Amino acid sequence: MNSLVVVFLKEVRENLRDRRTVLNTLLTGPLFAPLIFVLLINTVVTQELDKAEKPLPLPIVGAQYAPNLVAALKQQNVDVQPAPADAERAVREQDADVVLRIGADYATYWDKGEPAQVEIIYDASQRFATTQAGRLRALLQLYSDRTGAMRLLARGLSPNVLKPLSMAERDQSTPQSRASQLFSMLPYFFILGGFVGGMALAIDTTSGERERQSLEPLLANPVPRWQVLGGKLGATSGFALTSVLLSVFAFAVVGRFLPAGKIGMTLEIGPSFAAGTMLVMLPLTALLATLQTLVAAFAKSYREAQTYVSLLMFVPAIPTMMLSFVPIKTQAWMYAVPLLSQQVIITRLLRGDFVPVSGFVLSIVSTLAALALAYATATAIYRSERLAISA
Amino acid sequence: MIEVRDLHKTFGNVVAVDGATFSARDGEITGLLGPNGAGKTTTLRCLYTLMRPDSGTVSVDGIDAATDPLNVRRKLGVLPDARGLYKRLTARENIAYFGRLHGLDEATIRARSDAAIAALDMGDIAERRTEGFSQGQRVKTAIARALIHDPKNVILDEPTNGLDVMATRAMREFLKRLKREGRCVLFSSHIMQEVAALCDRIVVIAHGRVVADATPDALRAQTGESNLEDAFVKLIGSEEGLAA
Repeated sequence: MNSLVVVFLKEVRENLRDRRTVLNTLLTGPLFAPLIFVLLINTVVTQELDKAEKPLPLPIVGAQYAPNLVAALKQQNVDVQPAPADAERAVREQDADVVLRIGADYATYWDKGEPAQVEIIYDASQRFATTQAGRLRALLQLYSDRTGAMRLLARGLSPNVLKPLSMAERDQSTPQSRASQLFSMLPYFFILGGFVGGMALAIDTTSGERERQSLEPLLANPVPRWQVLGGKLGATSGFALTSVLLSVFAFAVVGRFLPAGKIGMTLEIGPSFAAGTMLVMLPLTALLATLQTLVAAFAKSYREAQTYVSLLMFVPAIPTMMLSFVPIKTQAWMYAVPLLSQQVIITRLLRGDFVPVSGFVLSIVSTLAALALAYATATAIYRSERLAISA
Repeated sequence: MIEVRDLHKTFGNVVAVDGATFSARDGEITGLLGPNGAGKTTTLRCLYTLMRPDSGTVSVDGIDAATDPLNVRRKLGVLPDARGLYKRLTARENIAYFGRLHGLDEATIRARSDAAIAALDMGDIAERRTEGFSQGQRVKTAIARALIHDPKNVILDEPTNGLDVMATRAMREFLKRLKREGRCVLFSSHIMQEVAALCDRIVVIAHGRVVADATPDALRAQTGESNLEDAFVKLIGSEEGLAA
């Protein structure tokens, strides 16, 4: 039997006997991330829905100066509450999301037909307060427009005088594309799954084996070092891939429990999404496993390896952050960059957007090229004398 | 048959081996004797091609280690200073792993493992995972896996290190058995009595150089000391005196 296969089988068998590794690969890595993700999305969506449907709680200062306005607000599902002693303080301390203040001279201006001021007091750094303030602003605008129109009609003018422009918004987002904004973090969770799945083996098979003093006897066998390395990389990649596969599968299952429909979104998480995702993740996972092994082989000890490999985990976060904070139009060159191409392709698949065959090919070929480079570097390290000798 | 000619190896400024020349013959036990830090482990590592010497040649059964390291390793059974086992595998699985790496078929591995387990008296631990093995049990397993391919030449780096009296005696018997089987046995030690009791030939090494290469009797004659330990001290000591 080929020695590479012998090493591979032994590493797989040995690590399958390690409960912690198996738990990390089959449970923590693939299931934790999608679960947290779904919980997070669920909370956000549910909260948004609740706020939109529930009556708007609104403490009003000086409600007695504008009974008509207050009555109109009450009709629009506003729950008028007694005024706090200090409106600004109540908002700052989050006792109220938004407070409406009506001045004592409201009626004077109103009667003269001049703009009567009302104040919307809220804290824009509170996310939900901004939403609530927006709802209140829309209600007040409606009341203002209606009253204005009636005043014009009373003077024999058409309310259209005040509307030289008629605005109509045509939102081009599809339900999928709206969802994808929320889901732009998803590729990172898959990559993270692979990382967690391969981490234990990457360290165990390199600095771990050296620290346990079994690397020197192993290298005394008549096996070329590239074969030893190949078997170890194969095992690490295998665990990482299992993790990614389970992660994609887990997401396809728990994704169905997302309240996406409630906010008018649909997700494309069927078999074609899973297949496309696995296709581009396959070479990437092998590349990441090789990089993990490379970094772990460099380290002088098990502990040092753990530190380096953990730091490496932040690298794949870079394109994710970039794409979710600075949405860039997908360009052809992006398909040729490992990590970025997977990010772009998975996000597009999720949106139900078209991914050209050339995009898949470019992504896979470029990632395989990077893999070859990483493998060559790892082999060079494995040839060095320093590698085998512990302490 | 292991032959070492004018071996040199330095690490940075430290000269570990400085022109060592010796040979170990088939059917004999050769002891590499020297104080800690004399360059014994480095010399052995060059023999089993873990390290490449700066200059000098190593050959095993006539095969040059520099040009054909894989075949040299095929001819050697090695018990290095580092003798870690895979703790989640049983002793038998540890042995079989090395057998497969040597390209042996499963039937041969089975037969040789059984023979080694009997010879080393480790029947009670063969099917146990090696986690929690005693030092003696670990060394037995490491030797069994090192000899799974039935090598003609056996290299052992401080084989009795950390063993108790009984295990040490068993190890010595085992080395003698290897010799009777006609193998070339080369082992390193810093323990005088052990080398005196076992070796047909003693290579004394100090500061990376061979300071004596003779039979125990010749060594006594050479130094004029009837006691081998005194002979050893004289060899090393005079060498240090010269260096100072």
